[in-house]
Amino acid sequence: MKQLTNILEGFGSAVQLLVQSCRYAGTLPRQRARFIEQCYLIGYTTLPIVAILCFFMGSVLALQAGYSMENFGAKQFIGSLVGLSFARELGPVIVAILLAGRVGSAITAELASMKVYQEVDALVTMNIPPARMLVLPRLAAVLVMMPVLAIIGNLIGWFGGAVVSKYVQSIAIEPEAYFAALRRYMKFKDVGTGLMKAEIFGFVVVLICCSIGLSTRGGPREIGASVTRAVVASLISILVLDYFVTKALM
Amino acid sequence: MPAMPCPIHRNPITAVESPAVGVTIEGLSKNFGSLQALKNVSFAVEPGEIFVLMGPSGSGKSVLLKHIVGLETASNGRVLIDGHDAAAEGTLEHVRIALVFQAGALFNSLSVYDNLALYPREHRLGTESEIREKVVRALQILSLETTANKFPSELSGGMKKRVAIARALVMEPQLMLYDEPTSELDPVMSATISEIIATLKDEYHVTTIVVSHDRELALGIADRIGILMGGELVFLGPPSELKESKDSRIADFFHPKIDLKNPRFKTLET
Ligand SMILES: Nc1ncnc2c1ncn2[C@@H]1O[C@H](COP(=O)(O)OP(=O)(O)OP(=O)(O)O)[C@@H](O)[C@H]1O
Ligand SMILES: [Mg+2]
Repeated sequence: MKQLTNILEGFGSAVQLLVQSCRYAGTLPRQRARFIEQCYLIGYTTLPIVAILCFFMGSVLALQAGYSMENFGAKQFIGSLVGLSFARELGPVIVAILLAGRVGSAITAELASMKVYQEVDALVTMNIPPARMLVLPRLAAVLVMMPVLAIIGNLIGWFGGAVVSKYVQSIAIEPEAYFAALRRYMKFKDVGTGLMKAEIFGFVVVLICCSIGLSTRGGPREIGASVTRAVVASLISILVLDYFVTKALM
Repeated sequence: MPAMPCPIHRNPITAVESPAVGVTIEGLSKNFGSLQALKNVSFAVEPGEIFVLMGPSGSGKSVLLKHIVGLETASNGRVLIDGHDAAAEGTLEHVRIALVFQAGALFNSLSVYDNLALYPREHRLGTESEIREKVVRALQILSLETTANKFPSELSGGMKKRVAIARALVMEPQLMLYDEPTSELDPVMSATISEIIATLKDEYHVTTIVVSHDRELALGIADRIGILMGGELVFLGPPSELKESKDSRIADFFHPKIDLKNPRFKTLET
């Protein structure tokens, strides 16, 4: 029961924070420097780990597909399988999970520490709303960077699948055949759906992490507790939302 | 108190003149769980006055200041600033209030210069060069010129305190609140702070509330003194009255009896 009220409370404060931030949307042009800094932090610093993970995810997907599809003599469809699963599902989810672990945790830690050391209080007394200065640039930045990360993740995942398909003896499919299969069954809508999902997941992750960071109370120990809570809440939200968003976009 | 003409606060930036603001605290109580941090505290700070709040550690001084800036909500009673409820949204739009936090509360991710420049930049009070001029002046007043490009983590305790005061000065507030401004400063710097407080009063009629343990500072600058003990206001009046006070609690606070031959921890042991 206590946990349920906590969840509802957390949901409520996140929505409140979102509404507040949106009210200040007009100040975004003035906050260009902060927005660009956040784009750099969210996009550029996450890129290497997205690249590595998506490459191996694509590879292992091709490997597994090769193993199981051989039984049906359907090896030539590996490209379609890897392509579609990555574009529609794996790409957005992996990128969002990495975002939660890499960027979300850092956001919560930073905001929680600002809260604990009274920096947020100082902002409030200076009549500078934290939603405007701390949350809005991050939300805007994630909206811009998420599709970029997801597209790069997709391309690298597909490439990883192609490499495995060519060099693993039991599969041995040439890249031309692999990409032809990938293209044949992939519609623009599949990629679009995936990007939409990435956008939603990324936005929700950053909102949750900001909200939990700013509602931290107590001493420095609470910073760590908040980070844990934010990452767990983000991961759960990604996977739960995944089902509903996928269903809605079908 | 004789009726005084209301002093005029002049905003040094916009040169807009407005009556200095007064603070009225009406029956303020605050409970943290079972702890009563403030018990029905009432007093008024006159426009343009320097009010010094004293009292032992844990008596509720910082909590009282937080109510004035609206960072805490009262369990009972209210704080009015220039007629606006301090807890209401939008009060900070009407009255410019600066609070020097007891722990500084500097922005750790910003350099000293950017800490000071944040307020005028965010509120677009002038061009970048006008802001620079103001920031540099505040840094000079507090002998902080060499720290402009440092980060808060690279500063000593006393430097942080001075940066916090400088940051409040740059805000050019109508109401200035200090929480222990001199607690980490050497005597020379303490004297400078007294001077700043007095000058702001004389030239700009900034209403000032200072929380301090520093007797010399308090008696030197205060128009009136309030003493909090255990969340209760036990004294309110000008410094001259304080010396005549017969209240034994106040005498004990100012002249604690310490018996070094028979220290407390020794008596506790047995
Ligand atoms: N957020 C809070 N939650 C619970 N108790 C609090 C909180 N803030 C302050 N208190 C309690 O309220 C009382 C008054 O605290 P306050 O910080 O106002 O003391 P103070 O007079 O400023 O002391 P000092 O001179 O040591 O700074 C203390 O007993 C403190 O433990
Ligand atoms: Mg205090």
